[in-house]
Amino acid sequence: METTTVSPTLPTAPVRPLAAVRRYAGQWGLIAALAALPVYYGIHDLVYGYQAGYVAGQAVIHHDLSNLGYNFAQGLSNGAIWALIAIGYTLVYGIIELINFAHGDVFMIGSFTAVGLWGVFGLSPGMGAAALTGGLLLTLIITMIVTGSLNVLIERVAYRPLRNAPKLAALITAVGFSFILQNVGLLWRGGSPQSVPDLIGVQQTVFTIAGVAIQRGYILVFVVMIPLVFALSWFINTTRAGRAMRATAQDPEAARLMGINVNATISLTFLLGGMLAGAAGLVYALYETNVWYFQGFKAGLFAFTAAVMGGIGNVRGAVLGGLIIGVIQALADSRMGPQWTEAVVFGYLIVIMVLRPRGLLGEETREAG
Amino acid sequence: MSGFLERLRERRAAAVKRLPRWWNRALAGALIVVGIVLPFFFPPDSGFMNGTIIAVTYAVMSLGLNVVVGFAGLLDLGYVAFYALGAYSLGWFGSGFFFNLRVHVLVSPVASTLQGIHLNFVLILIGAAAICAAAGMLIGLPTLRLRSDYIAIVTLAFGEIIATVAVNGQSVPVGGGMTLTAGNLGISAVDAPYFPGTGSFSLLNLRPWYWLILGILLLVLFVNLRLRDSRLGRAWVALREDEVAAVSMGIPLVKTKLLAYSVGAVFGGMAGAFFGTYYTEVNASQFAFGFSIFILAMVVIGGLGSIWGALVGGLALGYINNYLIPDVLNDLPSKFGLHFQLTQVEFGIFGFLLVIMMLLRPQGLIPERRRRLEMTAGIAAEDAQLAEAPTGEVTVILPPGEGAA
Repeated sequence: METTTVSPTLPTAPVRPLAAVRRYAGQWGLIAALAALPVYYGIHDLVYGYQAGYVAGQAVIHHDLSNLGYNFAQGLSNGAIWALIAIGYTLVYGIIELINFAHGDVFMIGSFTAVGLWGVFGLSPGMGAAALTGGLLLTLIITMIVTGSLNVLIERVAYRPLRNAPKLAALITAVGFSFILQNVGLLWRGGSPQSVPDLIGVQQTVFTIAGVAIQRGYILVFVVMIPLVFALSWFINTTRAGRAMRATAQDPEAARLMGINVNATISLTFLLGGMLAGAAGLVYALYETNVWYFQGFKAGLFAFTAAVMGGIGNVRGAVLGGLIIGVIQALADSRMGPQWTEAVVFGYLIVIMVLRPRGLLGEETREAG
Repeated sequence: MSGFLERLRERRAAAVKRLPRWWNRALAGALIVVGIVLPFFFPPDSGFMNGTIIAVTYAVMSLGLNVVVGFAGLLDLGYVAFYALGAYSLGWFGSGFFFNLRVHVLVSPVASTLQGIHLNFVLILIGAAAICAAAGMLIGLPTLRLRSDYIAIVTLAFGEIIATVAVNGQSVPVGGGMTLTAGNLGISAVDAPYFPGTGSFSLLNLRPWYWLILGILLLVLFVNLRLRDSRLGRAWVALREDEVAAVSMGIPLVKTKLLAYSVGAVFGGMAGAFFGTYYTEVNASQFAFGFSIFILAMVVIGGLGSIWGALVGGLALGYINNYLIPDVLNDLPSKFGLHFQLTQVEFGIFGFLLVIMMLLRPQGLIPERRRRLEMTAGIAAEDAQLAEAPTGEVTVILPPGEGAA
């Protein structure tokens, strides 16, 4: 009998040439997009030079990277403020998967509270260093308590009743609260940006590295941000309440079964986020020396972009994203003009969403597992 | 209280049953006739007519956003982009803004002597619709695989980018010494609509404007009603309720979502073009984020997914915004000794309305049938049945003919 052996053919996966491209784009696309701006302007400075000033009526053209370095120094210190706000977004998103739209406006209220408290304490630029530092520390603490409580209050009123409703519902109340807070700010300090006293002399140069002047403001921002971020990660990683936060973020039902008070834990998360926003508000008022009722809108969107860029739910990611957004902002501000900055940052937001929605360091949410 | 409401609801159900079958059509016809003759009861240049025209235009936008947010469940926070694109279509193709060109198609004798591009208003409407449909698809593409709240942020970013470009368009050259937009100075002296054989469109006589936008509203309303019950409309609702289930039943995800964005955008663009000619100016300062929220508030207050809700929400907020707050209630805070005017905090008021609405009546003023059943009658009754079944008497309903066994 004639036997034919039919070799079993395995089903082959369809050849998809685009898949490889897509994988590489997902992995490196965002990093390439982020590197594009500094690399382009760095080469531009080296090749064509930049105007460093005037000597005897003649423009002095330099061919080095210290202008770019200046952009980075300024950008990183802007970014540290965005990072503080972004942590609030990322904590809240991690635990209840809600974009807390009102967060940027909580930050604005923080700025206003801080400036109001300066007036109450009578802080002025001419004071002694010790009194000024003490006054600012007291302002910082009170501002953080105020904004933290405000954030907890918003959660209690606007988000908790909707916890089991569709996601859209809580998002809409968040937008509503954002507008309410903005109008509170509008009535509090009027409709146009107000300048506030420059208490610490933010633009004084402290020292110079490689031609880049490091100003007091830059140092101030990091002096406030770094301890707060370390305190926060200590809290989340080692304390009992921090463990409850992480457990609730992973699985609220299971956390409840293990005896965790989920509502209290969510309130605590909002408290921490609001406190960091308040600190950012104080630093912003000191650093920019002006406050505006609309500042929270832009800040909120920049910070949210930062949180998504780092990977939402991820605190380290929020800090990294904040610093990167700050640098992008500084580059756009100084090279293209501040009127284009928002468009550039939002363009990056869309690029992130297309190329790598899980962010640079990976998101830590329930959906991501 | 709830007993009273229950009785009221029963009465209503009984009354609806007794009505003849042509009742709905007759009611709709009567409303349309009232809408058409309404301007004869008011002076042609009154503030009320102005408020009505603006409210009707808002209703058109609200119906458009309802397609995206209500039907398809895609939260769009950048709807102002389509207002901007529609208005700029008018600014570009219906004024002397591109002063180096001379294009005239079916325009009034006066406009046909002027520099710039001058197209008939109907052509501009079609152009605005086409531009917005394309832009809607463009913004739809990056959001396809994202979750719902990321969609909100991406659309918001898109709206802000369009607004930024509109403000800074003065410094974007398009050749021949012309720029992309006129920024905050505004493109002014835009053409009024012109139709041979009808009265002229001037700001002293608002009636023709009213009939024009009423016609647009009726068209949009008709398209909306037909879409809702079509295959596409059901596909949108299915995607909104459960994306995975819908796709596995064979609904094309990409096409359906992109169509939702573009249909919504088309309506927004038409309303935007009308606003452009009605305000006689296309100014970049009109296109702020707050406007997107304003339109969203109309849809939410009316009832997400409900066509009549979106219509009523748009008209109501339009009147509140353009008549009630500025003309009637503006001095209210000063009567309480507060030093501000109500117009300053109008967005705060809308934000407050959004919060209150979501907390107290999330289904809106006129809820969509499906949602109302979900939220009240259907689910509650079902739950009650499930809870009561074991304790009460078990009744088995058998098909006729098998009961004898």
